[in-house]
Amino acid sequence: MRRLLTLFTLLLSLTLFAAACGDDDDSGSGDEGDAAGERTLELYSGRSEELVGPLIEQFEEASGIDVTVTYGDTAEVAAKILEEGDNSPADVFFGQDAGALGALAKEDRLARLSDAQLDLVDPALRDDQGDWVGVSARSRAVVYNTDKLTEADLPASILDFTDPAWSGRLGWAPTNGSFQAFVTALRVLEGEDGARAWLEGIKANSPKVFDNNVAIVEAVAAGEIDAGFVNHYYLYQYTAEDPDFAAANKIYGGGDPGGLVNVAGVGILTTADHVDEANELVDFLLSAEAQEYFATETFEIPVAGDAVPAEGVPTIESLTLPDIDLNQLDDLAGTLALLTELGIV
Amino acid sequence: MAAAALLPLGYLLVRGSEVGLDRVIDIATSGRVRHLLWRTGLLAVAVTTASVLIAVPVAWLTVRTDLPWRRFWVIATALPLAIPTYVGGFAFIAALGPRGILQGWLEPFGVESLPSFYGFPGTWLVLTLFTYPYVLLTARAAIRRLDPSLEEASRMLGQGRWTTMRRIILPQLRPSIAAGSLLVALYTLSDFGAVSMLRYDSFTRAIFLQYRASLDRSTAAVLGLVLVAVTLVVLSGEAATRRSTGYHRLHSGGARTAPIVALGKWRWPALAGLTTLLLVALVVPLAVIVTWLLRGVDAGEPFRLTTTLVGNSLRASVLGAVASVVAAWPVAVLAVRRGGRLGRVVEAACWAGHSLPGVVVALSLVFFGARVAPSVYRTQWLLTLAYVVLFLPQALGALRASLLQISPTLEEASRLLGKGSMATLWRIVLPLARPGLLAGGALVFLTCMKELPATLLLSPPEQPTLATQVWTATSEAFYARAALPALALVLLSSLPMALLVLRDTDR
Repeated sequence: MRRLLTLFTLLLSLTLFAAACGDDDDSGSGDEGDAAGERTLELYSGRSEELVGPLIEQFEEASGIDVTVTYGDTAEVAAKILEEGDNSPADVFFGQDAGALGALAKEDRLARLSDAQLDLVDPALRDDQGDWVGVSARSRAVVYNTDKLTEADLPASILDFTDPAWSGRLGWAPTNGSFQAFVTALRVLEGEDGARAWLEGIKANSPKVFDNNVAIVEAVAAGEIDAGFVNHYYLYQYTAEDPDFAAANKIYGGGDPGGLVNVAGVGILTTADHVDEANELVDFLLSAEAQEYFATETFEIPVAGDAVPAEGVPTIESLTLPDIDLNQLDDLAGTLALLTELGIV
Repeated sequence: MAAAALLPLGYLLVRGSEVGLDRVIDIATSGRVRHLLWRTGLLAVAVTTASVLIAVPVAWLTVRTDLPWRRFWVIATALPLAIPTYVGGFAFIAALGPRGILQGWLEPFGVESLPSFYGFPGTWLVLTLFTYPYVLLTARAAIRRLDPSLEEASRMLGQGRWTTMRRIILPQLRPSIAAGSLLVALYTLSDFGAVSMLRYDSFTRAIFLQYRASLDRSTAAVLGLVLVAVTLVVLSGEAATRRSTGYHRLHSGGARTAPIVALGKWRWPALAGLTTLLLVALVVPLAVIVTWLLRGVDAGEPFRLTTTLVGNSLRASVLGAVASVVAAWPVAVLAVRRGGRLGRVVEAACWAGHSLPGVVVALSLVFFGARVAPSVYRTQWLLTLAYVVLFLPQALGALRASLLQISPTLEEASRLLGKGSMATLWRIVLPLARPGLLAGGALVFLTCMKELPATLLLSPPEQPTLATQVWTATSEAFYARAALPALALVLLSSLPMALLVLRDTDR
């Protein structure tokens, strides 16, 4: 009995200690801030703290607004907003891809942004109804080993990688969200049969399967594979540190599906309590300072203003965007069904 | 308590009913669902069987034999439970994947690529290795409590060692093995880490993909309901193993330690087996984490392991553990002492939450919290409630096992001698049930530490835990940054487990 009591005391003091530790930071106190006249904002972010945490801190410093951020997976955070219903504490949703933003817009959970905000961005990179706007872009790319290949050795279209000459030389990450968005685009642009034929063709070339884009870039540079399907921005972290890094990107233009451009974007909720602050955040994300951050820190493609992309990264103007409405990329379910049927995921 | 446990079920019914009954029946009877049922069932059966085959011999070896360094093995064999499947899965892909570390070592011998272990084999391996301790812990506790006089009687009546094992000992262990197996089977049903990383098409993965792909909450809800139905089938299977039998001693005659069996020449195969188990289940994942850590140190990565992070994890898990044990107590008493239909229904309700993927339980509490109870929404309390709904059965199993072994006559004696029911509870029942209370608490604590989906969705804002930090870093493939929180997570959650296991052996 005594030992049981000791244990309980121990657990209790541990809890209190932990609670004391946890209360060190004064962040989670949004409501008290309101009372004191401090300006606050609730941000639900599907982009991870690793990527956008420093940017949000810049915003807090510049605006004096205390931002409470809830991080999570883009789809799960969007589902959370949907389940919270009208009581959602969220003011702004920051999504990793257009699909989740489109899903919230479809359920009328996003309020229309101002024309001043929308006009900063190419119409292809925002919602037709103005419910959300892209704040940074990424292009699909083929990363290739520069010791074995030059850009001229690569086929003119992503569709031609089904050539048996590429057997055993390719890498892909079929469970990756961006790859699946690309397959969805392929279904829109080339039809179900076209997408199926491409997937079967690549599968017949027995590509190496990776879990993520980073692993593909590393495998290409190490010469394990000759080329792989990735998002453009993973490469530059490596080339910035090591100029001899044996890999380069080919970015497909001319409307080729291989050059699909997707965005990370934001929308303001219809139920937002802090509308002014929310608009300030959207303005900030489209400002020169934030666009510069996306260009230099995450190696993404800036979408507004004059920010210059990092070395080797194309500008948004130089890309010929495939003729596709990003809202059409919301049929991921059909893509998953296709990938499952072909035994790829 | 049962009402809280039924929240997720209510939510699933609300969401499921949105599409109309016809569509529900369509989805539930589709070929896709039959496929998922078969795949998920196969995995659950295979993982559970393998876990029992590993756990029971290990339990026997570490309790009843003169195995060298027994105390070390006792602790070490329980520790794989502290490794989250999402970390273990990563580690195995890194180590044993087609082009993993092992392949790198074999490259000079012309091994270009190892056979892929994605899909069934890898998932089966990872889930077995990181969940068999559920069976080990329950089996070990039961073996320790066996009344040696029954074995002695059997041996004196001329039965051999194996017959005694088969006819006397194993039947007595059956409820404990079944309880542990149930935890393993339901963990397998609800686990997302291993099935997603190793790409095995199971129910949980399908539910996640449904959310991720289309935010289609209704289809996901129907899949969740099918999963609950599967759970009820599994539960009735387990209930069948403990029907109509008393497991407590009728008298206190055998209250002494059973004799230790000398292994003799068998000690070497036993040691070899345990070493292999430990290498695969503990050394490989830890080695991979340490490799990440060293790589991070080399690259000058910033390491962010703050007391806040550790504090948040500990607070959430301690609260979850204490609340689960407290909530499990009346349910266990009801189920063991009263029995009957009510007890069975309440118990089944409590198990319902355990088989559902964390994201479903979390979203149901988001739904409930934001719409019905905004004052607790986004506080520690709702997260604690989520942990209780998810992990109550772990506490329940441990409590039930120890309550089953307390003879009701002791309580009756106390009452006859004039003590009130509270005094009896405090002086007689609680002390006797203590091992169950502690074991259940430690188990829930450890599971809360590594829980991810509910923690991500329900934590108070800006209170990251070790688990969410590991997730953040790995989701952007910053493995080096995940290493330190992952290591802290494994060490901290194994501590109470190790202390508990050690204390038990000392007695």
